[in-house]
Amino acid sequence: MKRVLLFAAALPLIAAPNGSFLLRNVAIHPVAGPDLPNGSILVEDGSIVDVGVRVAAPRDIRIIDGKGLHAYPGLIDSATEIGLSEIGSIRETNDVGELGQFNPQLRALIAVNPESEHIPVTRANGITSVITLPGAISGGRGAGAPPVIAGQAALIHLDGWTWAEMAVERSAAMQLIFPTLQTRPARSGAAEGAGPAISYNDAKRAYDQRLRELTDFFENARRYQKAKAAHSPGFKPDLHYEAMIPVLERKTPVLVMAVRERAIRDALRFGREQNIRLILAEPRDAAKLLPEIKASGFPVIAAPTLELPLEDDDAYDAAFTLPSQLYKAGIQFAFGSFGNQFARNLPYQAAAAVAFGLPWQEALRAVTLSAAEIWGVADRLGSLEKGKIADIMLTDGDPLETKTQVRQLFIAGRPVDLSNKQTRLYEKYMNRP
Amino acid sequence: MRRPGLAVLCAACAFAAPPTVIRNATILTVTKGTIPNGSILIRDGKIAAVGTGIEAPAGATVIDASGQYVMPGIIDCHSHIAAESINEGSVSVSSMVGIEDVLNPESIEIYRALAGGVTTANILHGSANSIGGKCVVIKLRWGKDAKRLLFEGATPGIKFALGENPKRAGSPSPSPLLVGRPLRYPATRMGVEDVIREAFLEAKEYQALWREYRDKIARGENAIPPRRDLKLEPLVEVLEGKRFVHAHCYRADEILMLLNVADEFGFKIRTLQHALEGYKVAKEIAAHGAGASTFSDWWSYKMEAFDAIPYNAAIMMRKGVLVSLNSDSAELMRRLNTEAAKTMKYGGLSETEALSLITINPAKQLAIDSRVGSIEAGKDADLTIYDKHPLSNYAKVQKVLIDGEVYFDRDRALSEQLQKEAEKQRLLEKEKRQRPQAGARRPS
Repeated sequence: MKRVLLFAAALPLIAAPNGSFLLRNVAIHPVAGPDLPNGSILVEDGSIVDVGVRVAAPRDIRIIDGKGLHAYPGLIDSATEIGLSEIGSIRETNDVGELGQFNPQLRALIAVNPESEHIPVTRANGITSVITLPGAISGGRGAGAPPVIAGQAALIHLDGWTWAEMAVERSAAMQLIFPTLQTRPARSGAAEGAGPAISYNDAKRAYDQRLRELTDFFENARRYQKAKAAHSPGFKPDLHYEAMIPVLERKTPVLVMAVRERAIRDALRFGREQNIRLILAEPRDAAKLLPEIKASGFPVIAAPTLELPLEDDDAYDAAFTLPSQLYKAGIQFAFGSFGNQFARNLPYQAAAAVAFGLPWQEALRAVTLSAAEIWGVADRLGSLEKGKIADIMLTDGDPLETKTQVRQLFIAGRPVDLSNKQTRLYEKYMNRP
Repeated sequence: MRRPGLAVLCAACAFAAPPTVIRNATILTVTKGTIPNGSILIRDGKIAAVGTGIEAPAGATVIDASGQYVMPGIIDCHSHIAAESINEGSVSVSSMVGIEDVLNPESIEIYRALAGGVTTANILHGSANSIGGKCVVIKLRWGKDAKRLLFEGATPGIKFALGENPKRAGSPSPSPLLVGRPLRYPATRMGVEDVIREAFLEAKEYQALWREYRDKIARGENAIPPRRDLKLEPLVEVLEGKRFVHAHCYRADEILMLLNVADEFGFKIRTLQHALEGYKVAKEIAAHGAGASTFSDWWSYKMEAFDAIPYNAAIMMRKGVLVSLNSDSAELMRRLNTEAAKTMKYGGLSETEALSLITINPAKQLAIDSRVGSIEAGKDADLTIYDKHPLSNYAKVQKVLIDGEVYFDRDRALSEQLQKEAEKQRLLEKEKRQRPQAGARRPS
């Protein structure tokens, strides 16, 4: 029987390659149930087989002593472009945002680069799974960009030799960037990148037109679905409409990015009219529509907490308090970082919401189990429970606090290397003579 | 008759105000340790005493900070808030323009930064030009006019910029909106060095003309003064140590280049701004005596930020560089306290070292450390009160004082917000009543 002590961040790989070990003498925070101040987790073939104060372990299993450490489920980031975008300003390193308005057939998963430097950097802070999005990462930016069905978002593990191995859900959601009504005052016309002024009436006309196009696209997809089911003569497969069938059948949810009040309200109505499942993403104006969102039953990927208020006369803490308002309204929500650069700071988005009224347990839940529920993978991810995939992080404290260190991470029972480009540069230059 | 001295007239002094005492607080002085259950006595805008057992004088305003933490007001060494324009991008040497001329004291960004515990900020020109505009240090005296924002007596600065940003105007744009615009030298890091060297060569000649003129006057000779050159004057001030250079930079090579150019012309780089690869040349930076003001963990947004590491601040500090953390962002500016906490995670700085990155160190970089940056008797009463330890993600700013005056109070902000929302609703209703066809017409 072998014992391995954990004490440093950059440990060599220590668990058995087949993803089987007994983690014991550790404080367990299962999220799904009460904490165990001192318990054990048995992992076999990448899955959690047992969690408890006393766990019977097979003979010869590798034992990991977690003395002084805390076990949490790996964190889930519900909005990134990890694997698809490497260096923000360099087009050649970006594979988000395909040309064209309606691209439901595009699949983010197949463009995920498993060697992206963002993967080891992000997981070093305990993030084990992310949603990676095929289209623009934020509905709030890129003024004037056309609304699009950007393609299929993937839920991926931040570990694996290929994108196929990384996949948890190949098509976790269809990403829809909802149309926005955008006026542009004449004064800002001279600013860099700004075009000519757009009046309200013109903007409204363009907005209505885009909504019509979106509705038409869904209606056409529905006709396609019927024609296919009826084996109509002359039926020809179409990749665009084919990809819409799981959406129309309510198997795949639509991640709809709607930032402002009008877009959120119209997106909710659109979801109802089309009888599709929505996940409302980045609704920065959600505080104005809490009853409507609650009544819709749709879950929310909360806008970044660490964000400025939308309007000058909004409360200074508007973004900080939004998650607690969602919670009090009884709306299910998770957190996303809406980018790559700060994906590792996902737990701090949650913590900032705690400072402004969100219960700590709910904040932790929103980066673990609630996210898993929203993405339909709560049978596999999001908590430390029997039967789930062994995505486990071991920390020296509260994972939502910055100074806490992640000491060890397991993805599907495999110990994950916590070193990365940044730790390597640190060691190299700290030792420069 | 006693005439008030100049110091008493200064904007900082709330001279008829009664003294204030903050008591029962955990005081994070930064330079003199932590005082549990301590008090701070404030008189005439200054910290009069810090410690335990301080009695509140008769008539003093008492702030009970039981269970709360007081730290020095946060200083942001790199910000663009309240600036109505950022870049004069038409020329690659724009030292004739200044941020002081475009300060907007009504910018909501000031209030929000204040609500994040910031009391002082270095407001910089943008980074489009190798030599940018003049910058200015302000106190976030929300509600006062532009003149009263200025940090009295702070050494003025000038922005330099190296690398991708000043090169951009020389590179063909991939943006269809900008196709056809004229290209502007420089387009390479070589050109950036050349622009700076050419400018200082000119500045030296200009400086010599004035010296010659002054020498003649001193000798009693007749002389015609040289024509003033508003572009070169600030550079002469740099040569004479009267204006600080705050240089935007990312890569180690360009940092080294600038330090060499400064040595060649005999001036000092006061701070390297961003300096994301500063960790690679920390000993050269320390040897020059430049400070470095960096981000906690920004990376990957452009090529020159791809080797950025969150250990940068810690490495540079360990290798003898005076380091601060800045925001460069109206959003991030509101939470520099938790940015500082990241240096404990990445590089193992102590709590006091982490706090120094956003208080006394930027104060030293801006040469205002005799006034601000720590909680010590004699310094300005610029203080931030948190409900929890400011290095915790769960901490919220409760009150912010500048010159002893409360400029932000969370309780007051919350109650005022409700009134403001009610007023906004009233105005919107009124507007609707007056315009039956809402949306059909908009004010020009």
